[in-house]
Amino acid sequence: MMSCKKATYLLSQRMDRKLSAGETLSLKFHLMMCHGCTNFSNNMTFLRKACERVVNDTQ
Amino acid sequence: MPPTISAPFPNDADSPLRNEAMLAQLRRDLLRFAMLQLRNRELAEDVVQEALAAAIGAGDRFEQRASVKTWVFSILKNKIIDVFRDRWNKNRFDVVEACDESDFDVLFMGNERWQRSEMPASWGDPEQSLENVEFWQIFDICMNNLPEATARVFTMREFLGLEAHEICKELGISTSNCWVILHRARMSLRLCLQQRWFEEGETK
Repeated sequence: MMSCKKATYLLSQRMDRKLSAGETLSLKFHLMMCHGCTNFSNNMTFLRKACERVVNDTQ
Repeated sequence: MPPTISAPFPNDADSPLRNEAMLAQLRRDLLRFAMLQLRNRELAEDVVQEALAAAIGAGDRFEQRASVKTWVFSILKNKIIDVFRDRWNKNRFDVVEACDESDFDVLFMGNERWQRSEMPASWGDPEQSLENVEFWQIFDICMNNLPEATARVFTMREFLGLEAHEICKELGISTSNCWVILHRARMSLRLCLQQRWFEEGETK
């Protein structure tokens, strides 16, 4: 079973590279059972949206 | 402050580079973008000046571009990347230190699961925060709290839009180091926003 520490690293990496099928599956199972990491995933999505807003506004 | 570039054909209203009012607006947008990346007014003025000079110097070639503004911004981004690369090489950042994740060990238990008190919380509908001026002040504080090397890599990824492999190439670091630095930046920003904005909001 994947640890939360590993899951957060993969959730971050997912923003920079395509995860392997195995990584994606392991992460999916972990997120089904872990509220903390699910929230972390949503937090990361918001962080990217905030950065996109910064870029659009400054341009 | 460097001298202002005057548009070569001020009466032509079709191009931002040939119309004084449009050029002034473009320059303001470029400067704001450069300031965000470089956090240094003088340096930002310099790269904007260079980008505009390069664009105007290209003469009629830019007429064939779909969007002059987008094109000038791409010139500016390349100038900013040049500055980052020079700074990175001059400052000799300690990549090992930048990749040190031990700061975040306290968030996890021995089995690498979240400490109960540190478990990420739901931020509800966080997009409402994007319309709040105070949120952006906190966001700025959190960005400024990042160590310089970490902030630089994160900025290149999220604000300049470079892919991880491009950042590695520009800064001469390994892909795995780049991923770790980006992860560290996101962990720091998430924690900072959680503590300074989302949790604060609950107690207001």
